[in-house]
Formats: sequence, structure tokens, C-alpha cells
Amino acid sequence: MVIEARGIHKSFRIPEHRIDSLKERAAHPLTRLNYRELHALRDISFEVHKGEFFGIVGRNGSGKSSLLKILASIYRADAGTVRMAGRLAPFIELGVGFNPELTARENAILNGVLMGLSTRQARRGLDEVLEFAELEDFKELKLKNYSSGMMVRLAFAVMVQADADIMLVDEVLAVGDARFAEKCMDVFRERRRAGKTIVLVTHDMGTVQTLCDRAMVLHDGGQEYVGESEEAAVRYMRLNFAGQEVTEGGVRRAAVPDINARVVHAQLTDGAGEPTENVEHGEPIRLDVLLEARRDLSKPTFVFYVAAKDGVVVFGFSSELDNGQPETVVAGDRVRLAGSIENALVPGHYGVVCWVRREGFGGDMGVQPLPLLDFMVYGTAPRHGLVSVSADVRAEALPGPGS
Amino acid sequence: MSAEAAETELREVRGPSALGGGWRRSLELLTLIAVTDFKKVYFGTALGYVWSVARPLMLFGVLLAVFTQVFRIGDQVPEYPVLLLFNIVLFGFFQEATITAVQSIVGQESVVRKTQFPRLVIPLAVVLTTLFNLGLNLIVVFAFILIWGIDPTWTWLLFPVIVLLLFVITTAVSMIVSSLFPRFRDMAIIWSVLATVLFYATPVLYPLEIVPETLRDVIQLNPLAPLFELARSWIIDPTAPGPVESAGGFAPLLAPIAIYVFVCVLAVWVFRREAPYIAERL
Repeated sequence: MVIEARGIHKSFRIPEHRIDSLKERAAHPLTRLNYRELHALRDISFEVHKGEFFGIVGRNGSGKSSLLKILASIYRADAGTVRMAGRLAPFIELGVGFNPELTARENAILNGVLMGLSTRQARRGLDEVLEFAELEDFKELKLKNYSSGMMVRLAFAVMVQADADIMLVDEVLAVGDARFAEKCMDVFRERRRAGKTIVLVTHDMGTVQTLCDRAMVLHDGGQEYVGESEEAAVRYMRLNFAGQEVTEGGVRRAAVPDINARVVHAQLTDGAGEPTENVEHGEPIRLDVLLEARRDLSKPTFVFYVAAKDGVVVFGFSSELDNGQPETVVAGDRVRLAGSIENALVPGHYGVVCWVRREGFGGDMGVQPLPLLDFMVYGTAPRHGLVSVSADVRAEALPGPGS
Repeated sequence: MSAEAAETELREVRGPSALGGGWRRSLELLTLIAVTDFKKVYFGTALGYVWSVARPLMLFGVLLAVFTQVFRIGDQVPEYPVLLLFNIVLFGFFQEATITAVQSIVGQESVVRKTQFPRLVIPLAVVLTTLFNLGLNLIVVFAFILIWGIDPTWTWLLFPVIVLLLFVITTAVSMIVSSLFPRFRDMAIIWSVLATVLFYATPVLYPLEIVPETLRDVIQLNPLAPLFELARSWIIDPTAPGPVESAGGFAPLLAPIAIYVFVCVLAVWVFRREAPYIAERL
């Protein structure tokens, strides 16, 4: 075991009226500050074993970044203990501490030391870093004269060099172009083969499934699951594409609502109109959804997306109120969305989300998707890609041109 | 798994602190940050070192003109010009270090929020860089003192004691202001005002013996005052009254000494309390 976390709690106090200055404090010395306690993390416990690629997944605001910062000794946990074996290096941002006034050589050393190397190690590895970044000819050039591409190369090279027993990686590292993200992941894969432990914080289920041995799912600061990454992916999808309420230990709590509308109920039905959770491959997907307007919706548009469990959207469509109906749905009124969708999906897990959009108020967009439901398509059809389409391609053997 | 556990020992991680990560690492980072800051100052500008000497010299020139031509304090004080220059450079160290320190932790935001970093290193690096500056300035000052015709005495050897005492109180104040700034953003303004007040409440422009009795009692509470008096009697003018003489005994000196110690203890207490939560407040 290289990381052991037990009962970690973290909350941030967010003042309703923030007192940022002594003057305000002096002006109201007796006012008790009203704080809103934001529970970023509640009772998180997990273990990471040596040589493991461990994922921490959750949506924005689920507490994953706070957890990362606690593991990296940037924040202090309010309660609980973290124990670690070996040296840890956090990779939260590329090129931390880079200074435009210093030369590439000086920056590489500075950044390396900040990443956890000793000054001597950083000096020793310098040539290698510059070679890897293909910047040997520019090592005495000040960083302000570097192109952004060169700067990223340098930062990346330092990161590759900064070796540690445990590497904490934030997903923001991999933003940017796909090739660069791929290169980053290659480095981490290679490190893992060398027996290092890697903890990756992400919201991308694809990465978790392909890279991680095990994963933990965080939701609203709570720990939903720790275990197999496949199962973690399924849990994560269920959390994000399931109905509007999540049941946990007998307690139902509401998922974050859209400000435009909330889901009253969302159900998949079979041909006879009975609720069901599965659809047979090729059978139409029948929906029955009831939404309640949370504010006046003028000329609302309902945009549906059907996504595979790794978050890839397979297709989408939209519907609007039919002519002859009132143009505005008054707050508190309901909208029923029912009908069937042609089903070309290959067997697997899917989810449906709906964006509710108003018109007329300066092109108001949907604020966030309403998770409607998740369902399974079952059947024996081959699972190539995401959809099966009818095809008419025949194979014919031909004699060679020479004969 | 038990074999693995035996192979590598789990150690508790307690989160960020003043010197998290150990002494060695803190020391390394300190050197690195101080050297980087130094390079930024000296290689970022065209004239580099010239500026750091020119600044106190210019201030000196102005004050010398005012206090020898307009107010004529200088006439009553032996060796006034060298004393003034010497004091300005010493006080300049305190003032520059503490004022730069206020925003230093916020200035290193990305480092504080993105890496494991012992918090104390940041204000300490500021004080060290300024100390290095002081060293360079003192070369000029001592050259000036010798040219002025003051003979070196054995008490010159005691000068590092004064620098050390000044360094300690400067560090303490820097720790307080830098760790409180993320919480109270007007610390910057408050401190710049206080530093100006301190400039006049410290025997920089004047020696203590020409101050009227009642006012002198107030100034003598300032822990910087005895330091400047010591410096004067040790370096510039051996006949000048030392802190004990001008206070009229050792007992009145207990107050500034107590304040000095209090500020240092307060600094450690405040910094240790604030350090773990600095990253959240940036």
C-alpha cells in the first residue's frame, strides 16, 4: 500500500458577506459572520497499492480537486489521516514557477525543483531535459522569447524528468490538443511499467477505463464507489445520466437541478406502455418524460442527447411545442415529452439527457443537462462501434490481373 | 500486500505547513527562490545593481540637504552625514523587506496552489534577497565612512550582531504581514503606513539624545531604536551614548526587548496558524 486515506473531511467556509478588510471588520465588530459551510469532501477513505494506476472521477464540484490538493499537501484536511509511502510529485499544472525573465536553463532547474527534485538532480538531468525538448540551441534564451509551443515542450520535458514514487496527475494537464494529451498518457503508462504509482484525477470515463486499474467515484463530496474501473465507469454514468434523484443508503437526495426545468419523472416504456429499463436491440426506444418549468419558458426547445456510457454522444434531436399550444410555459406548469426514437444502438449501456432552452431572451441557452434516464440495449448483435446500420456490401472473389 | 507494506513504510501526511517537506528541502527551495528573485532584480533592468545603490543614495542626498540646510539638526550632531547614510541603508533594509513581503505569498500564487511548498520559504526569500542588497549597499556605505575619515575600531567586528538582530525582527514582521495578507487584503496599505510611522519613530534622521524627554520615552519603546543607537556608537561615533546610557539604565530597555521578543513569538504563532490555510484563501 502506498497511499492510505482514512475518513477525510474537508469543508470550506464561504461567507455570505465576505469580510475582506479590517475596516469592514472594525465597522461591524459584533456582527457574526454568516458562513455557508460547503462540504467539499465527506468521509473519504481509500487505499492505493504500489504500482497501481488509480483514478479519481467525478463531475465538476464533486470534490475531486480538493481531494487531489489534500493528497498533494496543498490543502489541509479538517479531519482524517493520509499516510503515504515514498515521495510524491503533484502534476497539477505544467511549467509551475516559470519566469519569463529567466533563461530556459534556469527555468528548467527551477521548475524541476518545484516538482520535487533536489537542485542537484535537476542540474544533472538538465541536458537530458533540453535534449528531450529539442531546445539545446535555445537554452540560454530567455523564456519570454520562447513561442508557446517551445514553452510547453520545455515544461513537458521537465515533467518527464521529475520522477517520484507516487505521481498525482490532474486532468487539466491533458487539456489542449489530443496529441499532447496522448503523449502525456504515454509517459504515465511508461512510468507505471517502471513500478511507479499513479493517481489520476479526471472526469473523462474513457481515460479511466483504458488506463486505470481501479477507480473511485466522487459525487457531491461523498464517496460513491471504490473498486474496479469498469464498475466505477458504470456507477459514474448512472449518477450522471440517471433520474433526478439518487438514492443512497435509504436517503434520497436531489441531483443538481437545471434552473429552467426539473424532471418530475422520466421513464422508458415497453410496447404496452409499461415501465421498463431495457430495450431490445432494434426495438424503438419509447420515452415518457414529464418536466416542470422552474421559471417561465418562452418558446422552449427540448434538446435530447443519447450518449454511450463513456460519455460519447451517439445522436441528438430536439422537439418544440406544437403549433396551437401557448408559446410560453408558465413556471410551475408541466410539459410532457413522449414518443419513440428509432433504435440503431448496438447492445450496451446508454443514457439520455435533455437540455431545456428558452427563446427570446437574448438567445438564452440551456444551463445544464437534465439527466433523464439510463438504459440498456440488449441483444446478440455484434458490438462494433456505437450504432448498427443496414449495409449492402458484397464480397466477391476475383482472379488476379496476371492470370 | 503485507510484504509490500513492509517494504515501504507509510508516513502520515499532515498537509501544508511553514516548513513542510523537511529542513533540507526548505533550505534548497529558499536558496533557489532567493537567487531567482535576485536575478530578476539585477538582470531584469538595464542598470541592475546601480539602482539598488542609487535609491538610498538619492534619498540620502535629499534628506541631507533638508536636515543640514533647512532644519539644521546636522549641526548639533557629530558626523551627521555618514550617520544619516548609514541609518538610511539599515532602515531601508527593514522597510523594503517587510513591504515586499506583504504581497509575496500572493505573488507566488501558482507555486503555492500547484506544488508542495513550505510556506515560510516565500517571505524568508524576500528577506534574504533584501539582505543581499543590504550587503552590497554596505560596501558603498563603509567606503564612504572610511573616506569621511572615521577610523575603524574593534567594535566594527560586532556589527554582524546588529545585522543579525535586525534580520530577525525583519523576518518576524515579514512573516506576520505576509501570512495575514491573504486574509485581510488591506494589510498592504496598513503596513505601508505603519512602516512610514516607524521610519520617523526610529532614530534614523536624528540621534535619540536630541529628542525631548517625553517623546524620547515613546520612541524608546520601539525595538528598532536600541539597534540604531548601538550601531551608531559601535561604528560611527564611539563617544555617542549607547542604548543603556541614553535610556538611563538597563531597566527602561526591558520594554523594547520585551516587544522585540513578543513580535518574534507572535510571528511564529501567527504563521504556524495561517500556513495550512493560505492556499485556500488566495
